[in-house]
Amino acid sequence: MDLAELHAIAERERARRKAVRVLCCTSSGCQASRSLELFHQLEAAVTATGQDEAVEVASVGCMGFCGQGPMVRVEPANLLFERVRPEQAPEIIAALAGQPCSVERGDPNHPFFTRQMHVVRRNGGIIDPERIEEYIAAGGYEALYRVLHDFSPAEVIQEITRSGLRGRGGAGYPTGLKWATVAKSPGERKFVVCNGDEGDPGAFMDRSILESDPHLVLEGMAIAAYAVGAHEGYIFVRGEYPLAIQRLNRAINQARKLGLLGSQIFETAFDFKVEIRVGAGAFVCGEETALIASIEGRRGQPRPRPPYPAEKGLWGFPTLINNVETFANIVPIIENGADWYAAIGTEKSKGTKVFALTGKVRNTGLIEVPMGMTLREIVEDLGGGSPDGTPVKAVQTGGPSGGCIPARLFDTPVDYESLAAAGSIMGSGGMVVMDDHTSMVEIARFYMAFCMDESCGKCVPCRVGTVQMHRLLSKIAAGQATPVDLEQLEQLCRLVRETSLCGLGQSAPNPVLSTLRYFREEYEALLREDAAASANGKP
Amino acid sequence: MAARTLTIDGRLVSARAGESILEAARDAGIHIPTLCYLDGLSEVGACRLCLVEVAGSNRLLPACLTPVSEGMEVQTATERLREHRRAIVELLFAERNHVCAVCVASGNCELQNLAIQVGMTHVRYDYLNPVCAVDISHPQFGIDHNRCVLCARCVRACDEVEGVHTWDVAGRGIHARVITDLGVPWGQAETCTSCGKCLLACPTGAIFRRGTSVAELERDPKRIAQIVAARQERW
Ligand SMILES: Cc1cc2nc3c(=O)[nH]c(=O)nc-3n(C[C@H](O)[C@H](O)[C@H](O)COP(=O)(O)O)c2cc1C
Ligand code: SF4
Ligand code: SF4
Ligand code: SF4
Ligand code: FES
Repeated sequence: MDLAELHAIAERERARRKAVRVLCCTSSGCQASRSLELFHQLEAAVTATGQDEAVEVASVGCMGFCGQGPMVRVEPANLLFERVRPEQAPEIIAALAGQPCSVERGDPNHPFFTRQMHVVRRNGGIIDPERIEEYIAAGGYEALYRVLHDFSPAEVIQEITRSGLRGRGGAGYPTGLKWATVAKSPGERKFVVCNGDEGDPGAFMDRSILESDPHLVLEGMAIAAYAVGAHEGYIFVRGEYPLAIQRLNRAINQARKLGLLGSQIFETAFDFKVEIRVGAGAFVCGEETALIASIEGRRGQPRPRPPYPAEKGLWGFPTLINNVETFANIVPIIENGADWYAAIGTEKSKGTKVFALTGKVRNTGLIEVPMGMTLREIVEDLGGGSPDGTPVKAVQTGGPSGGCIPARLFDTPVDYESLAAAGSIMGSGGMVVMDDHTSMVEIARFYMAFCMDESCGKCVPCRVGTVQMHRLLSKIAAGQATPVDLEQLEQLCRLVRETSLCGLGQSAPNPVLSTLRYFREEYEALLREDAAASANGKP
Repeated sequence: MAARTLTIDGRLVSARAGESILEAARDAGIHIPTLCYLDGLSEVGACRLCLVEVAGSNRLLPACLTPVSEGMEVQTATERLREHRRAIVELLFAERNHVCAVCVASGNCELQNLAIQVGMTHVRYDYLNPVCAVDISHPQFGIDHNRCVLCARCVRACDEVEGVHTWDVAGRGIHARVITDLGVPWGQAETCTSCGKCLLACPTGAIFRRGTSVAELERDPKRIAQIVAARQERW
């Protein structure tokens, strides 16, 4: 495979395209609403109306507006159909010929779409993720070619460093710096690992990227491997993501057949092979040291760092671990340059971020916005505010490691530092909108229940402390707690945060701390003063 | 090996490069509480009792796993650390069913000693009162999960010293339990050589010799380190 052959594939693919493309989302979200059946009905309708010459129906990845799925889009007319039932397929196809159509129409000019900026989701809902030709026709694997021929590994790292990209797995560690550390670490073998565990409740950004554009992630991993000097890679995906696994498998096989993965890629000396590892769906396995243990076939438990995986990772060799979305940013950066990327976002948080917007908002789904957009813009403009007019009270970001930001702080820009200053974190990108009917104590209790169930059990403060915190929160929620219980809850927050071994325990108190910080009166309103008095007298 | 100079609780201490803060402190006669650590086994940093404060780091670091460095300033017994340690011991007592008065290990139990050391006079947390099994299917030994603190010392002793790996941990969070082989009763665990190293390693009354009565269990966990050292001399 060389550049001419790559271009020839792209040309053939463009020539194959028909004048009208009916794009039907077949990602998990829409599949759950029968989009596969819809896809086949659309194909049948095209054939039945004799339009095979001019119209093609394509199975594509996620378009983002998952709350309104299944979604169908028609190009080039830019028609959008929402909540389409399979029976409505003939009507949609008839609409192409100008017939009236009663299927619910979406507005492609809705702020939900126009306010977004697609960098990592640029092919989502546009290409068929199961056909490498479509990815190549969209410019795929050219970045890898350029890197292998025109860049030294150090130059790749420099480019990623200059772009300002920070890890999208939660903590926002500078990606270039991590790559440089792995590149510098001595080791006979090195590994690149893609973290696709995605255990946060409510999050499905990484799943969507893997389902909609698996080659983008593979190409990003290959570039990373070249940069750090690795020849072997693993993608760790949770078993609950069968479609992502299936599409990744297919993508790896296709890329291997074309010589885009494997040995002597693009006829250079660079070898890189990738394998999938399926996780059993434990939240803690997303933690990098637990993930490594899991790939090695051991019990998925974290170990103290240092040593960091960059120095001692898989089987003791230097290992680069990045999140799915982090890898998905690499190709756009190489294609458009670090300066282009660094111009998007804020001073310290560059680029875009994908969020799963859910909860009490009109428009739920996946959005990709430039860093620095305010919470208000996201909730009100893209999200369309609360569906029934109840005032919005807070947004939860960062999942079980994050916190709740009250509505009065909605002018907070979404970047790593601002969210942290507001007592939450960027996390992997879950965003849950809450309205005035939501009890913040219940929210804190929900996340504590999650951490308690997901604690690996290795260290005492997390294993037992989260259970005790959950009991106290239940007691408060049930109106049976006293001020002493609240004090004890706060003490436990400090203990668990300061003494737990890994990020799970260290961040488990965050939802409690942030709700206490902004909604303390809700806790206090639930305390029983009379019990307080009698508790002092009790043994 | 090169020497390192550091201060622990304000005292100047010298240590070998690569040594942990815990080892350096113990050599200098400074006691840091531990539970999951056992001389001769690998360190896992799980009990969090040995956490110390190191100047320049805002995180608390496990002394058992943190190597010394030149000029390091370590505090092992600040008010914050003492409070945390007491709370951790309390959490352990509340987690399972510890009734020292009827326990084989009473008087020879590291958890009991820890409670005394950290000044734990009562437990502020709810007792969880889990229903825990006692397994006496093995002809010589028994395991009482009521007393287990999940330090995994038995797991490491069996794996690293006996080289067998009969023991492991199964389950998550509060439901985690030590198991033998793939969760079969100990007496049916085909890999078990009945060497008793897990018994030596266990800090509490969880693993006991059958026939031992209240407060009769005696064992010397230092034997593990002696076995390891003796092998190193021989090989
Ligand atoms: C309890 C826990 C769960 C985590 N889960 C994930 C996850 O599902 N996906 C992920 O990418 N990172 C997760 N992380 C963060 C990873 O440990 C790691 O920092 C990240 O994959 C690094 O990639 P990045 O630099 O690209 O962000 C988790 C961390 C903790 C402490
Ligand atoms: S903090 Fe929780 S998840 Fe992390 S090692 Fe400790 S018990 Fe396991
Ligand atoms: S194991 Fe130790 S602390 Fe627990 S009951 Fe027995 S003697 Fe008491
Ligand atoms: S049985 Fe004993 S040695 Fe094993 S984990 Fe439990 S307390 Fe530790
Ligand atoms: S002795 Fe160091 S953490 Fe247990």
